[in-house]
Amino acid sequence: MKKKMAWSRNERIFLWMLTPILILFFCFNTLPLIKGFYYGLTNFRGYGNYDFVGLRNFADIFGDARVGKSYLFTFKYAIVMTIAVNVISLILALGLNSNIRGKNALRGVYFVPNILGGLVVGYIFSFIFTYILPAIGEATGSQFLSNSLLASTRWAWVAIVIVGAWQGIAMNTIIYISGLQTVPEEVYEAGMLDGATGWKKFKNITLPLIMPFVSINMVLCMKNAMMVFDQIMALTKGGPSQSTESISYLIYNNGMSGGQFGFQSANAFVFFIVIVAISLFQTKFLGSKEEQL
Amino acid sequence: MNKAKQNEGAVGGKLVNRIILALLIIGCLTILFPLYMTVIIAFKQPSEMTNDVAGALGFPQSWSLSNFAEAMRVTDFWHSLGNSLLLTGATVVICVLLHSLGGYLIGRKMRKLKFFNLAYLYLISGMFVPFAVLMMPLVKQTAQIGIANRFGVIVLYVVFFMPMNVMLYSGYLSNIPEALDEAACVDGAGVWQTFWKIIFPNMKPMHATVAVLTAMSTWNDVMTPLVIMSGTDQNTLPLAQLNFQTQFGTNYNLAFASYLLALLPILIFYIVCQKQIINGVVNGAVK
Repeated sequence: MKKKMAWSRNERIFLWMLTPILILFFCFNTLPLIKGFYYGLTNFRGYGNYDFVGLRNFADIFGDARVGKSYLFTFKYAIVMTIAVNVISLILALGLNSNIRGKNALRGVYFVPNILGGLVVGYIFSFIFTYILPAIGEATGSQFLSNSLLASTRWAWVAIVIVGAWQGIAMNTIIYISGLQTVPEEVYEAGMLDGATGWKKFKNITLPLIMPFVSINMVLCMKNAMMVFDQIMALTKGGPSQSTESISYLIYNNGMSGGQFGFQSANAFVFFIVIVAISLFQTKFLGSKEEQL
Repeated sequence: MNKAKQNEGAVGGKLVNRIILALLIIGCLTILFPLYMTVIIAFKQPSEMTNDVAGALGFPQSWSLSNFAEAMRVTDFWHSLGNSLLLTGATVVICVLLHSLGGYLIGRKMRKLKFFNLAYLYLISGMFVPFAVLMMPLVKQTAQIGIANRFGVIVLYVVFFMPMNVMLYSGYLSNIPEALDEAACVDGAGVWQTFWKIIFPNMKPMHATVAVLTAMSTWNDVMTPLVIMSGTDQNTLPLAQLNFQTQFGTNYNLAFASYLLALLPILIFYIVCQKQIINGVVNGAVK
């Protein structure tokens, strides 16, 4: 009895040890978030004096064409990425999980893009888009390919999707494979007796059983895509004519060096609200799908 | 009859598997092609880069290392590599030590005490905050307190990875029975001792996951050092590629030699610890 007392009396020590960690977190996470909101209420340019302007910045965000464009681009990018990456990586995972030789070596190769830094990968692909593809286009007489994708306001975003997907697929494939391995062989055998093969087998047996992994991948992929920065820095720097400016890039570019410190702080805070809303929506929506099964 | 049918099925299965294998190998080319191109261009001389596909993708006339020597000189490679190693190493060590402690403190008490449960939710909510949102205030803040340097970047990483890592550690704690703590307590060990002597060593599998995830995110991160260390002359390996773009100019051979040098350390790390890395990434995502 006395021993038990001693162990449960340690709450105070736990509290004292946890406090510095919480303070550290507060100082470099919560405090800057609050400060960001505060800067958003000012016309601060990043240097010199500034005045309070109330909620004007927040109101202006909704009318600002450049901000609107960057939201449009980011959402377009994130949605296309999430769908493309998940479809391709699920197919890849099914292939890599089937009974083939050299499975481990192939998995090893398919994972490589994930470990490489987005910036350097972006530079490498930038060369492919500006030199290799146009050279192929000229050799084959293809009008479409002979101009660089990156120079086109219509197609530059596709180039960024390709690079983002090249890296994102690696991660999602590995997660899908680990999901497929949780499906016991007997379930397939039982399904086989009921005549479930091919597409039917996938739709009625595999997919419902790996649904938790689908939602993990959706959330992860969407979240990473919403914050796209490195690839844009390497490939287009937001161009041509601001057609590929992501929200992160806009905040960085105009906030840090464009004299819009206050305005972009407001934008950053709105971006934060948007991210929270999307995350909550996704967890709720995908969570409810899982429960149905 | 039955047996024949089974055989047929097996043969059909074999054929399907062969087709899958072939497709997967073709798919691999999309992974390997950019890497192949990087190596080839890194070894070539600018004069060999003609405007057709062969000019970029054919083998170089000689496998000379001169581009690499030049790239190392231009980008101050050893210095950048040292910075990357320092930032990643320090971040990983501090994260493992501090976040495991945080995970333990919270994980043991969050079901019993409301305050710890709130602390848990508070830290986890940090996962919703992208770095881009905090970037501008953090630049001002680190400058004000004089840590707009490598030290500041390490502090920011430690805070930024805290939500994820604390969640992983406190989740893993359910594998370590509280009876262990109580037994240590009976033997006269305080909380501090109990943690370092009993719990910390028992968290070993999670240390590996946390170390891999933290190391990879830190190593490849560009944004944090870009905005925080911009006033110093310091570069990390990826940041050097960004900062020396203008010096590479149109000398793609030099640029690609530099890219390859920047990719090599993590590629070597991957080849050596492939299994741990893949396990770490899967554990981190699924848990």
